Amino acid sequence: MENKKEVVITASNKWLDFDLKETLEYKDLIVNFVTRNFKIAYKQTILGPVWLVLNPLVTSIIFTFIFGQFAGLSTDGVPQFLFYMAGNTLWNLCSTNTTNNSNIFGANAAVYGKIYFPRLTVPISQTISSVINFLIQFVALILIFGIYALKGDVAFSARMLLAPVFILHTAILSLAIGLVSSALCAKYRDFVYVLPLAVQLWMYVTPVVYTMDTTNGLMYKLLTINPMTPVMNNFKWAFLGSGHFMLESWIFSIVLTLVIAFIGLVLFSKVEKTFIDTV
Amino acid sequence: MEQKPIIEIKNLKKRYRMGVIGGTTLRADWQSFWAKVQGKEDPNSIIGEERLKGQTFMALNGINLTVMPGEAVGVIGVNGAGKSTMLKLISRITAPSEGSITLRGKIACMLEVGTGFNPELTGRENVYMNGTILGMKKEEIDAKMDQIIEFSECRDFIDTPVKRYSSGMYVKLAFSVAAHLDSDIMIMDEVLAVGDIKFQKKCLTKMYEAAHTEGKTVLYVSHNMATIRQLCSRCIVLKEGKIIYDGNVEEAIKVYSDETISMTMGGKFPEISNGSPAATHTAKMLGYEILDRDNLVFTVPDKLKMRIHYNCFEDYDKEVIRCTLKYAGVNFTGTYFSEPFKITKGDNCHVDIEIDLSTITPGKYMGDLSMGFVDTERYLYHDDVINAFGFEVEENKNQQTIKWFPGSWGYSVLEPIHIVQVK
Repeated sequence: MENKKEVVITASNKWLDFDLKETLEYKDLIVNFVTRNFKIAYKQTILGPVWLVLNPLVTSIIFTFIFGQFAGLSTDGVPQFLFYMAGNTLWNLCSTNTTNNSNIFGANAAVYGKIYFPRLTVPISQTISSVINFLIQFVALILIFGIYALKGDVAFSARMLLAPVFILHTAILSLAIGLVSSALCAKYRDFVYVLPLAVQLWMYVTPVVYTMDTTNGLMYKLLTINPMTPVMNNFKWAFLGSGHFMLESWIFSIVLTLVIAFIGLVLFSKVEKTFIDTV
Repeated sequence: MEQKPIIEIKNLKKRYRMGVIGGTTLRADWQSFWAKVQGKEDPNSIIGEERLKGQTFMALNGINLTVMPGEAVGVIGVNGAGKSTMLKLISRITAPSEGSITLRGKIACMLEVGTGFNPELTGRENVYMNGTILGMKKEEIDAKMDQIIEFSECRDFIDTPVKRYSSGMYVKLAFSVAAHLDSDIMIMDEVLAVGDIKFQKKCLTKMYEAAHTEGKTVLYVSHNMATIRQLCSRCIVLKEGKIIYDGNVEEAIKVYSDETISMTMGGKFPEISNGSPAATHTAKMLGYEILDRDNLVFTVPDKLKMRIHYNCFEDYDKEVIRCTLKYAGVNFTGTYFSEPFKITKGDNCHVDIEIDLSTITPGKYMGDLSMGFVDTERYLYHDDVINAFGFEVEENKNQQTIKWFPGSWGYSVLEPIHIVQVK
């Protein structure tokens, strides 16, 4: 017999037990998952991916009325609609990716229960799908920015080139949190109900509709515990040129993201082994 | 170089929790954890150690199995014996509780056809989807795409969403993907033989080729003894999570059947007969008793004498008893018809019959019994009982007879061939 890979299956209790190399061998599957996600989302719809853009657009219009006109929150000199549109677009990536990844075990029980493939391919492709959806919205955002730039309200700057860093950070952070909560949702059904509420609350402790400059002292400190806060703030700083760059809390956020990602992988690899016995 | 086994299973166990399993609530887990920390009794445990033990269920209880490359192993056992659990563990769908499985080769597991098929995607897109889930690379699928489409008989519809497919086309396409997997070990469930009879035959031929000409290692679970016979060179029998037999296919089928054959000297038939639904029920067989002996192991030329109790609701002049024997409870061996006899209305009547066993081969048998009459050319049932009784025929050691191979020679010994002339 040639040098065939030997696989040993045991009742493993190892802490971190997943095979990244194997996951990468299934890259064609990841590609297929991503194309499938995209294709089936808009089959038999008339507007297709336009829905993706419509969503933050409408939310931003509503926000402009409620938070901008009615509550009169500061947008740091940025046109209100553009400010909310930028915040919503990035937040959308964060919230949908977290939510979708949390439901991984429930949504894929049928496939997971019949065949083995590296389970991690699903959250990875889910995240790639989320980023692709984001990019479509991002193009719309850039177009809107362009319109405001033509009017002279805002101007393009070199800083904008930093925006992808924060987009990537958002994707990784939401994947990490999604992995943790997917394991929790599989083990404790309660989390399935807690999650939408938690994500909604999370938005309000993230500077989506307000700027960090309007917060002070203790409030500011508390908000920086949220790893998404500096990411959102810095994204707006880069893209819109508003507010101040948060360096310290961003570094803290990077470390926290890595820690959560590690915990997520540990929990995910633990739950994936036997969750099918309990669904 | 000495060949290493391709599948090596050592003391494999799988434990399930009985009762309400699944996601627990955080509160209950916290209570249990906190009680443990404080050294108190777990408030969520059921009182008494015995019950706790009773709460777990060993689906697999110490399986040891070694399969060499190229072997085709059948897995049989009654429902709940642990067959599916074993396949699930080997295919890594869920992890074992104890023990280990070593696999030396690429595994293709087909517990279901069409896993990952999405109704919105076209046939071709689904082939890619399903193929990659099964572990194929895109280039591999590209290379085999034509073969797959050809095999599936769905060429005209390959670019149509599969939700528009008939259920037959759907499974045909799904099986085709699975059948073209490039692997060393194939794990197959019986559900794989799908579609119409023609396609089923094609599926079985494909599996047969995989096992016999391509030299793949096959693990095949089925309740269909005929396909096990056809495909497998070796067979294991599972019972209550353990392997009770491992070896020759015929012997395994016999062991399996023995598990399902009940042999008693007499008994009552079910209140509602389990046989032909066309029965008129104008007579009802109540039960039977074996006459003139104290055991159920017959040796030729013993005759089986039996009393059948019945109630009769109408008079019949030409009642006929039919008795069909099934070797090992599964293989139809032959049918006896009685001479016509007269029965009259009445309760608790009985009829004594005698069956000549000299033409059937040694082994265990189940018998179906029915009462009825012959109407010109058809036998019409008054009452019909499936698996009415069981018995065993033993080889007569005093009589020098030829060693019989029931698997290939059949279960009944026909009359000797008459030699007309020798030149």
